[in-house]
Amino acid sequence: MSPGATPHRRAYVNATIIDPFSGLSGPGGILVDDGWILAVGPKVTKEQQGVGTTVLDCVGLTIIPGLVDMRVFTGEPGTEYRETLATASEAAAAGGVTTMIVMPNTQPIIDDAAIVDYILRRARDTAMVRVAPMAAITKGLAGEMMSEIGGLKEAGAVAVTDATHSVANANLFRRALTYAKDFDMLVVQHVEEPSLSRGVMNSSESASRLGLAGIPFMSEVIMLERDIRLVELTGARYHASQISCAESLSVIRAAKAKGLPVTCGVSVHHLTLNENDIGAYRTFFKISPPLRNEGDRRALVAGVIDGSIDVIVSSHDPQSADTKRLPFAEAAFGAIGLETMLSAALGLFHNGTMPLSRLIEAMSAKPAEILGLESGRLAPGAPADFAVVDLNQSWTVQEAKLHSRSKNSPLENCTLEGRVVETVVAGRTVYAYGRRS
Amino acid sequence: MQTLILALTHPVLMTIVPHRRQILSSQHFLAIDDVSHTEINALLDLAQSYVMEGSAQHRQSQLLEGQTQVNLFFEASTRTQSSFEIAGKRLGADVMSMAVSTSAISKGETVLDTAMTINAMHPNFLVVRHPSSGAVELLAQKVSCAVINAGDGQHEHPTQALLDALTIRRHKIVIEGLKIAICGDVLHSRVARSNIHLLNKLGARVRVVAPSTLLPTAIANFGVEVFHTMHEGLRDADVVMMLRLQLERMSGAFVPSQREYYNFYGLNDEKLKFAKPDALVMHPGPMNRGIEIDSNVADGAQSVIREQVEMGVAVRMAVLDALSRNWRTGEAS
Repeated sequence: MSPGATPHRRAYVNATIIDPFSGLSGPGGILVDDGWILAVGPKVTKEQQGVGTTVLDCVGLTIIPGLVDMRVFTGEPGTEYRETLATASEAAAAGGVTTMIVMPNTQPIIDDAAIVDYILRRARDTAMVRVAPMAAITKGLAGEMMSEIGGLKEAGAVAVTDATHSVANANLFRRALTYAKDFDMLVVQHVEEPSLSRGVMNSSESASRLGLAGIPFMSEVIMLERDIRLVELTGARYHASQISCAESLSVIRAAKAKGLPVTCGVSVHHLTLNENDIGAYRTFFKISPPLRNEGDRRALVAGVIDGSIDVIVSSHDPQSADTKRLPFAEAAFGAIGLETMLSAALGLFHNGTMPLSRLIEAMSAKPAEILGLESGRLAPGAPADFAVVDLNQSWTVQEAKLHSRSKNSPLENCTLEGRVVETVVAGRTVYAYGRRS
Repeated sequence: MQTLILALTHPVLMTIVPHRRQILSSQHFLAIDDVSHTEINALLDLAQSYVMEGSAQHRQSQLLEGQTQVNLFFEASTRTQSSFEIAGKRLGADVMSMAVSTSAISKGETVLDTAMTINAMHPNFLVVRHPSSGAVELLAQKVSCAVINAGDGQHEHPTQALLDALTIRRHKIVIEGLKIAICGDVLHSRVARSNIHLLNKLGARVRVVAPSTLLPTAIANFGVEVFHTMHEGLRDADVVMMLRLQLERMSGAFVPSQREYYNFYGLNDEKLKFAKPDALVMHPGPMNRGIEIDSNVADGAQSVIREQVEMGVAVRMAVLDALSRNWRTGEAS
């Protein structure tokens, strides 16, 4: 942390404040002290501040709640050459993300309270942003035995998930839901029927032309429908970590119409890219679930707008060149996205598709609500986690400048509109672009 | 220069192809999808000239003298590899074949590392086969020599499609308007994909005949008619192209049994009668006799399967020649 960034009373004034949680959207400022928000809104002005308060003029800039990213993979512990909690947190800070929820498929796997504790301590010592882990639903992510969900929750896991695996065994998943409900633990599923998902991209004409094995979208729909029936049976809180196709959206809508405790997410990749971006076997576009067609992409965007899709995630998954510079079928799944999530998503605002407040809500207030976190909002008494954004500044994604240790960004050399100029976590500036610090 | 003199004095060659005209616009030969109708015809003409030359007395040429061709096969192959080897040698190139599956890769080296290593030895041609779709293209991006795709996964096998077209052309003269039925395991077949692209470019009416489990998603969008019975699919066909049932690629259950597959889709005398009486029977090999094709038919009067192999050498000579013109033209002027 840079000197001069010690928490003390600071006022950010003359900004535009967007806070979906409180419905704020307009000119104003924010006053922070000792890591907490004291006041926010049009009444926080330069004139109002007393001696001892540092006043920062934010004319032309927008202040949004710090983003809460529900799906981040790091390589710590076990594969630190891909990413550590520290390097991921630098990428997060540069992208306006103030809370990263990390996935349990590390080595060792986060299926034990001691590992949850390790992650939290390690993050406290090395990471610039808040970190909370999701733990495994099943021991070793093997899909055979339930992990100690109660103990994991006590240790600080915010949800359980088998990360990139679906829990295929219906009986086991039913038991996990039933058991998790007693602890009010959220169960997060990677929705994919494994036996239908042995391909490497969306099942489509493109896949046939490229000679690549396809994954039909029905693989996702089948698992989602099954899961929702089990939620109906058990009443547990369920979150589909990412949906990727139009049909899943109608399943989600029907479940919500029934009043079931079901939520879902979508990755920013699925909102901004489609399967055609794979072009001639570009492995940075090989992600799971696979990119679908343009109709699916548009449907997903509409789903975020109307709230059927609750949250947007980066699905940040660092992979080294060794696992990506391979023939498509042999390359690893995954793309990084922490640093570019906000800017990429802002494209949907700039092209007039999505209201800004909904876009921000899906990356802040909504995930915080689902996970029961007190961040993700700009309200007096909330943690001072926020980002100062220049909505109109464009920048080009360059491999060498990305903070992540792995460089597998599908947006390499793309120019995005809107960038983070300052990120504040618990009142401390953890990222500053340009002159501000 | 002996070749040049031979070529200039050879009446067929003179009429068909002026000897140094550039044929291919690209440095590599990776996919039929990338080449134009004109390029295909020029390659077929050139290959035809090599067929004539192949049966002549002086079949050793010095066209590629001093040039190195490396065959890099990440997947076992008998006919394609030997065909490329003979093609290169007949043109005077120094040919080296590497069976990579038994050397570096088994020590953990990646495709790109192997390619870079060989590239550092400055070969002129790299002929590559790989079990993954797109692998040859990936490799071509990283090397400076001319890369020829000898089959990548389930994507393309462009020289096979050329040799099939040459075989058809020799019997039917014009490919445009022919009804060509491609039968069997289209899903796993790079040969089928290259053939569909090529025959469509030449104006044939291409059909695929297979159980739906062996057809790729949205195959109709490739510009083919889709049939699920041999009876309908072979009706009035001018060419019946059988595909190998790729038992080794079948990770799941695509057909219930080989017996059932033979009963419904195996080509025998009875099913061949649905096609035109002079229909050609083709197979890219290696054949599963008694599964997709009966020996009676494979060795019968309508079969041109052995001729396909012969054409293979000529077509590969044509591709090597055409690619080398991209640098030979520079020297000539």
